[in-house]
Amino acid sequence: MAKTDSSKTMDQYFEDLQQTRVWRSIFRSGPGSSTLKRALAIQQNVFLHLFSTKVRVRVLSFSATWYLGTLTLGTFLVLVATGIPLMLYYHPSVPQAYADTKDLQFVVSSGMFLRNLHRWSAHAMVFLVFAHMFKVFYRGAYRTPREFNWVIGVILLLITLLLSYTGYLLPWDQLAYWAITVGSNIASAVPLIGNKIHFLLLGGNAVNANALLRFYVLHCMILPLTAMFFVAIHFWRIRKDGGLYSHGSEPATMKAATANVAAAAKEAR
Amino acid sequence: MADSKDFVAGVDSNAKKSPRRIVFITRRTSAQVKAETEDQIQTFPEVLFRAAVAIEVLAVVLVWISLMFNAPLEGLADPSHTPNPAKAPWYFLGLQEMLHYFPPVVAGVLVPGLVVMALIVIPYFKVNIEADGLFLKDREKRQRIFYVVAATLSIFLLVFKVYVALAPTLIMAGVMLVAAYSCPQSTSAFRRYLAARPLSYWVMTWFLFELVLLTAIGTFFRGPGWSWIWPWQGS
Ligand code: HEM
Repeated sequence: MAKTDSSKTMDQYFEDLQQTRVWRSIFRSGPGSSTLKRALAIQQNVFLHLFSTKVRVRVLSFSATWYLGTLTLGTFLVLVATGIPLMLYYHPSVPQAYADTKDLQFVVSSGMFLRNLHRWSAHAMVFLVFAHMFKVFYRGAYRTPREFNWVIGVILLLITLLLSYTGYLLPWDQLAYWAITVGSNIASAVPLIGNKIHFLLLGGNAVNANALLRFYVLHCMILPLTAMFFVAIHFWRIRKDGGLYSHGSEPATMKAATANVAAAAKEAR
Repeated sequence: MADSKDFVAGVDSNAKKSPRRIVFITRRTSAQVKAETEDQIQTFPEVLFRAAVAIEVLAVVLVWISLMFNAPLEGLADPSHTPNPAKAPWYFLGLQEMLHYFPPVVAGVLVPGLVVMALIVIPYFKVNIEADGLFLKDREKRQRIFYVVAATLSIFLLVFKVYVALAPTLIMAGVMLVAAYSCPQSTSAFRRYLAARPLSYWVMTWFLFELVLLTAIGTFFRGPGWSWIWPWQGS
C-alpha cells in the first residue's frame, strides 16, 4: 500500500479528480466550493442552467409547494426509465402487442415489475399533475408575471393526459381496446369535422392495427419529446419570472410591509 | 415616471457589424443598490439535493406499489365482444359520467373545451389579479348576480336529473351564501376567511369538488349499463 496516500480522504481524492485536465475539459466550472463555484456549477451547465443559482429559503419549505411539481418530474423520469426497456420487448402490431405484453408478465425476467412500475407511475403522474395545478392555484402563484407559465402548465396537463391515454391502448387487451373506443368516439361528436378528427386519430373508422401504430408513435416519441420541450420552458420561466412565488416576497407585499412599519413609527412619535 | 425619451438609439445599427456600446446619461444619478434582504440558498448543491431526496422517496413508494400490486391485463382485444360497462381510464370517468346525462357534443366537446379555456384565462382575469373577497365590493349587486347564477345552474342540473352534480353545486352555493353574509371584521376566523375569498377561488373549488365527485362515481359506483352499483357489490 502506498503509505504516502493513506491519509487522503475520499473528498481529497475527489478534489484531485476535479483538478485533472480531463475533468476540467468536461465541466466548465472547475473545482472548488466557494459560493462563486457553486453558482457556476448551475450557470455553466446546459441543463442546470434552466434553474436559478440561488433560491429563496422561504419557497423551499415543504408547505410552499408540497414538492408536487418536483414529484411530477420524478414520475416522468421513472416513466422514461421504465418505458425504454419496455420498448425493447414490444411490437406495436396486432395481435403481437398482446402476446408481448403477456410475455412481459410471464416470460421476461422482471418484466412484470417493469410493467407495474410503468403503469402505476403513469397513474401517479396524472394524479400529481392535477394536484400540482390546484396547489399552484390555491397559492395564487399564477398571477403576474407568472401567467404564461400557468398556460405552459395547462399545455403540460393536456400532454400528460394524452400520454397516459395513448399508452392505455398499447397492451391491446379488452380493457385497452374498449377504453380507447369509448374515448375516441367522443372526438366524433365535434361539430362538422368530428368524423375527420376521429379518422385522423385512429387511422381508420375504428380502433384497429393502424390506431395501435399511431398511438405507439405518439406515446413513445412525439408526446414525450413535446413534454420535455415544454417542461424545459416551464423550468426556465420559473427562473425568468423571478423564482418561485411566495406571497411574502412579492414587491407589493414588501412595500405594504414597509409602509406599515413607517406608519407605526409615525404613530409612535 | 413618465419621462419622454430625449434620445434615440439603435436606429442605424447594422446587423453585420459588431455593435458599439454607447452610454446615455440623461441626468445626474447616483448609484442605487437594490439588495434583496431575503435569505437565499444555493441551488447547487442544496436545492438539487432536496429535489433528489423528494424524487427518491417517490421512487421508493412507486417501487413498493409495483411489488405489491400487479397491473391489470385482460383477454385479447375483441371488437365483437363489448364488455359492460366499457370504461375509459379513471381520469376520464368524470367525463364519461357526464356523457350519461348530456349529448356527446355537450359532455364530450363543449364542457372539456370550456374547462380548458377557463383554465387558460385564469391568470388574465382582472378579478383574479385583484383577488378581493367576492362580496366585499358592491355587495347588493354581486349577491343578486350570485343568486341568479346559482339558481339557473341548479335548475338546469335538476331538469337534466344530474343529481350527482347538483349536490356539490348546492353545497358550494350554501357556503358562498355564508360568505356573502360574512364580513372581514367578523369575530369568527372561519367567516373572516370566507369573506376574503375571491371569485376565482369559488369557481375553482366548485370545479375541484365536481371533478373529484364525478370521477369517484364513475370509477366506483357505475356498473353494467352505467347503472348505479355499490363498490362492495362487485361485478
Ligand atoms: C408535466 C407536468 C409538470 C411538471 C413536471 C411541472 C413542474 C414544476 C416544478 C418542478 C415547479 C416548481 C415548484 C413546484 O414544485 O411546485 C413548477 C412550478 C409551477 N408550475 Fe408546474 N409542472 C407541471 C405542470 C403544471 C401545470 C398543469 C400547471 C398549471 C396549470 C403548472 C403551473 C405551474 C406554475 C404557475 C408554477 C410556478 C409556481 C411558482 O412560481 O411558485 N405546472 N412546476
